[in-house]
Amino acid sequence: MKSLEDLRALKKKAQEKTKLREGQERVKIIVTMGTCGIASGARDVVVALMEELKKRNITDVTLTQTGCIGMCEKEPIVIVEKEGKKTAYGKISPDKAVQIINQHIVNNQVVGEWVIEP
Amino acid sequence: MEFYRNHILVCTGEPCVLKGALEVESILLTELQKQGLENEIRVIRTGCLGPCNVAPVLVVYPEGIYYSGVKPGDVQEIVAEHLVKGRPVTRLVGTDVEKRVDVVYQVPQILTGQERVVLRNCGIINPDEIVEYIGRGGYEALGKALIHLKPEEVIEEVKSSGLRGRGGAAFPTGLKWSFTASGEEKYLICNADEGEPGTFKDRLILEGDPHAVLEGMAIAGYAVGAEHGFIYIRGEYTLSIERVQRAIDQARKLGLLGKNIFDSGFSFDVEIRVGAGAYICGEELALIESIEGKRGEPRYKPPYPGQTGLWGKPTVVNNVETLANVPHIIEQGAEWYKSIGTPGSPGTKVFTLTGNIKNEGLIEVPMGITLREIIYQLGGGIPDGHSFKMAQTGGTAGGCLPPEMLDVPMDYDELAKVGSALGSGALLIMDDRHCIVDLLKCFMRFFNHESCGKCTPCREGTPRLLELIEKIMDGTAVKADLDLMAKLAENMEISSLCGLGQSSPKPVLTLLEYYQHEFLAHIEDKKCPAGVCKKLQVKGVV
Ligand SMILES: Cc1cc2nc3c(=O)[nH]c(=O)nc-3n(C[C@H](O)[C@H](O)[C@H](O)COP(=O)(O)O)c2cc1C
Repeated sequence: MKSLEDLRALKKKAQEKTKLREGQERVKIIVTMGTCGIASGARDVVVALMEELKKRNITDVTLTQTGCIGMCEKEPIVIVEKEGKKTAYGKISPDKAVQIINQHIVNNQVVGEWVIEP
Repeated sequence: MEFYRNHILVCTGEPCVLKGALEVESILLTELQKQGLENEIRVIRTGCLGPCNVAPVLVVYPEGIYYSGVKPGDVQEIVAEHLVKGRPVTRLVGTDVEKRVDVVYQVPQILTGQERVVLRNCGIINPDEIVEYIGRGGYEALGKALIHLKPEEVIEEVKSSGLRGRGGAAFPTGLKWSFTASGEEKYLICNADEGEPGTFKDRLILEGDPHAVLEGMAIAGYAVGAEHGFIYIRGEYTLSIERVQRAIDQARKLGLLGKNIFDSGFSFDVEIRVGAGAYICGEELALIESIEGKRGEPRYKPPYPGQTGLWGKPTVVNNVETLANVPHIIEQGAEWYKSIGTPGSPGTKVFTLTGNIKNEGLIEVPMGITLREIIYQLGGGIPDGHSFKMAQTGGTAGGCLPPEMLDVPMDYDELAKVGSALGSGALLIMDDRHCIVDLLKCFMRFFNHESCGKCTPCREGTPRLLELIEKIMDGTAVKADLDLMAKLAENMEISSLCGLGQSSPKPVLTLLEYYQHEFLAHIEDKKCPAGVCKKLQVKGVV
């Protein structure tokens, strides 16, 4: 390391790793994982989301789980929180989960047909 | 690039380790594996998070949920409920709730209301990975100093920041640096002996963020023209020693220590020296004697270390916390630093809370905060329905303050006015069950044991004071003994060779002044109001 530029390049790389601990995520994805969610395949959805985020090297998104939100018939449910807006998707399979990342998170387009209408 | 959906920080500060954090960690790793989550969830060791009274502590991100008092038997539930199903195990979470975005962000009470400068990385980064420190802006201040500032400018910035030494004596750091004599060879010593009873801040800084101290040392070395640094670490601090050594190795590997740092022509390296367990070896000149391989005893001053220090060369000695402040001052400037704290004592102070207080542990707050705020807000008050009786500020060599003084601002000058000191930042809180005379005996026994014997006032004064205190507890003292104690203490203060004998009278004099009635109850009524002194009548009214 010979200059401030070298240091900053390393800093940038390191920040990707610690971002999760600073609460500065751009998007939050929440998967509901009550018994109902797990029974209808939410674990596979989580795994698919993780793999896709990993594959696309997306680092400013956090993926968390929450308990049952009372819409058991719509499980597995994926909630995307972006720019202060929450979108809840119902009956999400691993394939659909991947598409949510591609369309909603990367291309900024809500996937209308899967949205749970309130 | 690996993607982890959760980071679990396992506090591996010594209090947590002693309470089983490593066992909890190993069960956690096994449980994650059992559930097939090992590639989804990253487990990271960090330094102290602060709430040591509820050790061991885990934090789960991104939710930011603090689990405290985690036992090996709780781990399976945390994994199955929180990490699989997303339901935090509420029975293990503190009671104070702060909202972060939409998730419940539960922060222990002791962690709210703090201002973290020195501890900003503690509990957030993995201290064993230099890149995590760099990710938080680490070593930028060193780069800035070496590339853009002259040594005099670094000294000027630290001078105008008003930073004062955090090792106890509160000497202005920039001024100390500017007094360093010129010479070919100079040394910089980081004092991590931390012998003051009740003080454990330096240990937790070293364990939680060792690079901050190394960076501060390198900047200080550049400012005063020292290319060789020593860090003198207390022998019992095995974890600190281990982490600092690892940090030194990593910094060398990246060229952040060693020859020609940042291509600036400046070279600096650090070696660890391990202390051997005497309180006196924290005194800067005794410490220097100890590094030279001699018996740790203070030298006559002057000459000060800045003139004639280690091996007769100009030497700067600074405390761990002092040095950990330096990178922030260089990076954010003296004006920013002065905006925190009070005009006479800028910046923050790390305090260690011990004794009869609900939230024992480590806090960092702006200078000037009152004792009352520390005890009742951050500290959570006095437990078990008892009332506050006394606070000793600054460690065993600090003064003792009664309830009437709870509103004293905690800074160097205000505490000096009431006969006490901020010292190292240790705060011992005692409730109404304690006897003042008995406490004083404990303090004096310590000094009697630790006095090195080199100068007469301290060597002879401490055992005489101890005898007088024991007489009071036996019921054989007379009122004139109190005057004798005060006189002896005052003489020690003005005639002892070093800070040990000069400040050990502080608890004596403050207790005699603020709790005279309790001494008199022992002597005249032969009663111990708190019912502690067994040879006296138990019952009595204060
Ligand atoms: C008996 C005695 C013990 C001391 N112990 C320590 C210590 O453990 N750590 C420390 O930093 N300073 C200790 N000091 C203060 C040092 O002599 C010195 O003032 C300090 O290391 C200077 O650093 P600073 O200016 O950054 O505070 C002690 C002083 C005395 C008299």
